Amino acid sequence: MSELQPSPEQLQKMMKEWQNWMGSIAAQNKLVSSGNRLADDGKVVKPGAVVTNGPYVEIKELIGGYIMISAASLEEAAEISKGCPILSVGGSVEVRAIVPM
Amino acid sequence: MLPHLFRTEYRKIISVLVRHFGLEQLSVAEDIASDTFLIAAETWGIKGLPENPVAWLYTVAKNKSRDLLRRNSVFNEKLLPALKAELLTIPDTDLDLSEENIKDSQLQMMFALSDPALSLESQVALTLRILCGFGIDEIADAFLTNRETINKRLFRGKEKLRSARIKISLPAAKEINKRIDAVLTSLYLLFNEGYYSSSQNSVLRKDFCLEAMRLTGLLVENEQTDNPRVDALFALMCFHASRFDARTNENGEIIRYDDQNIALWNDELISTGHFYLNKASRGKELSRFHLEAGIAYWHTTKNDSQEKWENILQLYNQLLCLSYSPVGALNRTYALSRIYGKQAAILEAEKLGLAKNHLYHVLLGWLYTGIDDEKAREHMNLALVYAKTETERIGIRKFLAKV
Repeated sequence: MSELQPSPEQLQKMMKEWQNWMGSIAAQNKLVSSGNRLADDGKVVKPGAVVTNGPYVEIKELIGGYIMISAASLEEAAEISKGCPILSVGGSVEVRAIVPM
Repeated sequence: MLPHLFRTEYRKIISVLVRHFGLEQLSVAEDIASDTFLIAAETWGIKGLPENPVAWLYTVAKNKSRDLLRRNSVFNEKLLPALKAELLTIPDTDLDLSEENIKDSQLQMMFALSDPALSLESQVALTLRILCGFGIDEIADAFLTNRETINKRLFRGKEKLRSARIKISLPAAKEINKRIDAVLTSLYLLFNEGYYSSSQNSVLRKDFCLEAMRLTGLLVENEQTDNPRVDALFALMCFHASRFDARTNENGEIIRYDDQNIALWNDELISTGHFYLNKASRGKELSRFHLEAGIAYWHTTKNDSQEKWENILQLYNQLLCLSYSPVGALNRTYALSRIYGKQAAILEAEKLGLAKNHLYHVLLGWLYTGIDDEKAREHMNLALVYAKTETERIGIRKFLAKV
């Protein structure tokens, strides 16, 4: 087992943190969709029918997943994002509004 | 004896009558069923109980419907040809009050009264009135409203039954799984109406819950209607009902979970709950009833362990992600306080945005107690402002007196 492999206890703790964060948003009635965790591998399709492995487009980080929440402003959404457990393992959260139709 | 028989037999008689005459003759069926009990009250009052009261009731109901038929045939033969109105076809066979037909009729009635064409309010009111035989005043009392409102709901419901031409029948096998959720919702509301109502009449509230359990029991027993969601709902009801005697005092006031006398919890209902929760776990389905039954299960465990509150919190997290409710949000925050402490829970509670809900202020009042008693009193006073009933206010005042 590699050093990076978390122990079952750590896994349990991680899961709890994610559930608590989602639960906290849901308890405020602000969860629109629990979204999805994206798989770590994928393909990138570029102009000229160039297909490469890996999910990276031009960024160095890969997008791990997404959720949809309802918030009054970008600021409020950013505030809610501060509780995201990805932040405690060196990740970051990008907050974007959905363009209303 | 008679009130008890009314509870258990009224819905059987009316279901069989409706199945016999058709749902469009609902008022006729209601009249016959009510008359049957009226005659029983008068006759038994004078002569004492018959040897077999249930059979006695069935005989009267049978005779009454035969009388109606006879009157109806006079009507049909003599008046109708002249009127040329639309013919009401009344079956000319005897009322079938066999055990089998009673069960089937009740099941079909449950589906008819939970038809999606009816509003949820009407579904519950009709179920309480027709399938459980509750009086208008009792229903109004439980919903904390007045007779007029309940009468309106019943009237609209019956209108809809007619205009939507709803039939009394069990949906086709592949339809049942879809339609049954509406039935479950209405039974769930019926149970909650009894369990969470702030009506002071605790006997009535318990009756509502027992009725909901009896009806859910019919779905559980029947192969066609039993599924994991039905079992989960039944388990949920068993777990909750197990604390019935422990959760109110002699004045009908609610005793907080932490203050309940565990010796009064009903072990038999708890183990029935276990059985059905296990049964509900077959297959992959995880409905809100599964999650709620899980939460209710952990509440029946008697040791106040870390594991218990961890599980309750995670189940509430999942439940809220599936469907939001203010009560769920408040309960989640309480569970959170049991694991992460009051300070952490206060931060979470203040995000809930339920400032007009008295329970929100009760929760914050409790969380602030011992941390900032001034704030605790502030919240409890706000709870007094938003409380809807005297029973609620009595509880809050008691709490205020202690802080």
